[in-house]
Amino acid sequence: MNVSDLILSMVIGSILFYGIYKKVDIYTVFIDGAMEGAKAALRIFPYILAVIFAINMFIQSGAENFIVSILTPVTTLIGFPPELLSLSIVKPLSGGGSLGVYQSILDNYGPDSYIGRSASVLMGSSETIFYTVAVYFGAVGIKNIRHTVKVGLIAHCASIIAALVVCKFMF
Amino acid sequence: MKKIWIVLIGLGLIFSFINGRTETVANILFFDLQKSVELIFSLLPVMAFWTGLMAIVEKTGILNKLAVIIKPLVRFLFKEVQSNTKAVNAIIMTIAANMLGIGNSATAFGIKAMQEMQSTNRDKLTASNAMCMFLIINVSSIQLIPLNIIKLRADFGAAMPGDIMIPTIAATTFSTAIAIVAAKYYERKRFR
Repeated sequence: MNVSDLILSMVIGSILFYGIYKKVDIYTVFIDGAMEGAKAALRIFPYILAVIFAINMFIQSGAENFIVSILTPVTTLIGFPPELLSLSIVKPLSGGGSLGVYQSILDNYGPDSYIGRSASVLMGSSETIFYTVAVYFGAVGIKNIRHTVKVGLIAHCASIIAALVVCKFMF
Repeated sequence: MKKIWIVLIGLGLIFSFINGRTETVANILFFDLQKSVELIFSLLPVMAFWTGLMAIVEKTGILNKLAVIIKPLVRFLFKEVQSNTKAVNAIIMTIAANMLGIGNSATAFGIKAMQEMQSTNRDKLTASNAMCMFLIINVSSIQLIPLNIIKLRADFGAAMPGDIMIPTIAATTFSTAIAIVAAKYYERKRFR
């Protein structure tokens, strides 16, 4: 039994019981709410489709490989492990893609190596920026997203630096 | 977003020609696009379920007490929607779901939160400060226990698969802090 599962059951249980206690018609309210949710899920479909197409184009065409190969000499110069470069570029774009890169890192360097550990921390401390931004803003029809992606990428860079530094000093 | 989309596809097209992988587009069209349906299929029930449950939460006001306690924080991060209870509730649930690492549920609450924030947004085409802050906090990842990563590490034979937990929390806290500071900085320059 893990903690998240327990919390999940408790949250759902207490919401339902509190609803009955407050004499809310929980069944009807739930159905109406769920209808809203289902509609919202369908509304974001085109955005998910658009993002998946663009990201697959970028990765499968070899464009991503090319960018990694021109960046490698630069990043090696500042002592950045080249093995992590691909992961750093794919992670903001695609969850599935980055999982593949991460697995090959674990496979090649082992999970307890410096590279393996930094990759693990990086995987856990950053998110797929473009997918989230496209879907969340798409769902409400926002066109001008202002500084969101820029700051998201700044946070991503901060995660990379933090992952490298923390793993250097904590192990 | 439009620009990023065009750049990714443009680069993809150019490199598929250079690298002689002209079959890329066809492959994606016939295989990878199916993933979008799988994603919606896994998202739809979770989203419907949680928005249903959230409707009960709103009717009962069970989260209102919590919302009062964290009000100072909400005022600092999401000033424009601080008096919009529905939005604040959905934001709280998104962040909680993210911390627990229940991904699809977090997306469900996240979209709900966006809709609530949009309902009081003055310019319907431009993201409000609160929306930007919300998205930024979400993408900087605030997961407490990276379960899937720990599981993978175990599969690959790590001596102590969970030993990256504290470092991950440290890295996440740092990047989220940087994200909030940067977002606050850009907030002041409204409209480009």
